[in-house]
Amino acid sequence: MLPWIVFAVLIALWQVASNTGLLPPLFMPSPLSVVRALQALWLDGSLVEHVTASLKRIVPGWLIGTAAGLAVGLAMGIFSAARAAGVPIVSALFPIPKIALLPLLILWFGIGEPSKIATIALGVFFPTTISAYTACDSVPRNLIRMAQSFGLPARDIVAKILLPGAMPGIFAGFRISASVALLLVVAAEMIGAQQGIGAFVLTAGSLMQTDQLLAGVVMLSILGLLVAWGLGMLERAVLKWR
Amino acid sequence: MPLHVERVSHSYGPVAALDAIDLDIADGETVALIGPSGCGKSTLLGILGGLLQPSVGRVTLSGQPPADSLNPFTYIFQDFALLPWRTVEANVALALEHRPLGAAERRERVAAALALTGLSEFAAAYPKQLSGGMRQRVGIARALVVRPAVLLLDEPLSALDAQTRELLMEDLLRIWARERSTRVYVTHNLEEAARLADRVVVLSRRPGRIREVVRIDVPVGDRGRPEHAALLFEMHRRLWSLIRDEAATADREVQPV
Ligand SMILES: Nc1ncnc2c1ncn2[C@@H]1O[C@H](COP(=O)(O)OP(=O)(O)OP(=O)(O)O)[C@@H](O)[C@H]1O
Ligand SMILES: [Mg+2]
Repeated sequence: MLPWIVFAVLIALWQVASNTGLLPPLFMPSPLSVVRALQALWLDGSLVEHVTASLKRIVPGWLIGTAAGLAVGLAMGIFSAARAAGVPIVSALFPIPKIALLPLLILWFGIGEPSKIATIALGVFFPTTISAYTACDSVPRNLIRMAQSFGLPARDIVAKILLPGAMPGIFAGFRISASVALLLVVAAEMIGAQQGIGAFVLTAGSLMQTDQLLAGVVMLSILGLLVAWGLGMLERAVLKWR
Repeated sequence: MPLHVERVSHSYGPVAALDAIDLDIADGETVALIGPSGCGKSTLLGILGGLLQPSVGRVTLSGQPPADSLNPFTYIFQDFALLPWRTVEANVALALEHRPLGAAERRERVAAALALTGLSEFAAAYPKQLSGGMRQRVGIARALVVRPAVLLLDEPLSALDAQTRELLMEDLLRIWARERSTRVYVTHNLEEAARLADRVVVLSRRPGRIREVVRIDVPVGDRGRPEHAALLFEMHRRLWSLIRDEAATADREVQPV
């Protein structure tokens, strides 16, 4: 309850500061004008349009990056040869800010959607690989020894011990990769897109429409909250034993 | 199933863990292994169960394991080694799922093991909902469900408090009166050794050698009786005198970094 009260009080103070002229509207529009901007965007359909455009990049990018990251990360967790080969490569490439590769990806895939999706997929791939591999590594060795002592074949040890044991770590990785995807979609849309929340925020800024700009930021935070909530639901359903 | 340990030595690289162990274990016998920390008890248990190959020597069996034994050498672990994402029932069933059994027989065996360990009403619970004692009962049920010929227990009760330990000892004795496994029981607790074992093997400090084998000439079922109290007390004292100096030395040892 308390956090909500604090939140409401902060918003109220902000509104008061705007009304009294303490905050110039050009730098910081009042909460009410942000709400009005959101309402107008909703009514003329541009809110849905921009959010849809962003989702059409995030969803395939995240799915591709996650599928590839899980495949590589789990292989590294299961096979020591894959680990020996993979760890140095992944650690070397992980720190590269993936947005820096967008120009290269544009050269490869053109300015359209594929280059943005590829940037997101690339950004999602590395944290997913690392979390899948460390999640396998964190499965207690004694459980694996137990399974061996009961004569479980290697395939069963992977399916019944390693993968379920790695699930919590993999889900923690999903949270990280979802926020990476959101960050990268905004960055990619700011660099070259007509539609999408990132493009919308950039345009609003250059036209000094700060109420529109903040409305875009609110859309992003709502999107982020929805994704986190959805992942939380999925996690609770899959990991109910926790 | 009778088990013969012949001149078994084991080294981990330069570290000699066991030195020339000779031991014959009779069918249906319970042998306790005691000795100071790091003397190679777990190593010996690993060699007995085939998880480790001894550097020198060998372990042989007389005869074939019974046909209905699905995993002749079966462990019970100090830390229970339960899968937190499986219910009690599914944890026990894990030991059978990869064996060629019909679904009906599998269910029957699991139900029987749960009944024997008093877990029937907890079949659908997850390990984290259970007390330590109940968790180890799941570990015991999982071992019994495969009908082991040799049961290998590595400090099975040392993660439990004293009262729970007492209860589990009663359970083990009750269960063992009804099945015919051969058992090797590693413990630090002399009381457990004196209550559960037919013979107690005392190992020396690393590298582990057999210092002495002490037979306890009271049937395990009768050891609670008052007329045996004096003898068991004497056994306890004797075992303690055998390991006291070694334990004191081990206690003062500084590990290399
Ligand atoms: N995998 C290993 N690699 C190297 N050294 C090992 C390994 N396992 C055990 N050792 C060493 O071998 C010796 C015997 O170990 P072991 O675990 O068999 O002793 P233990 O009697 O079971 O000890 P504790 O009472 O502490 O359980 C110890 O000194 C230990 O440090
Ligand atoms: Mg040990």
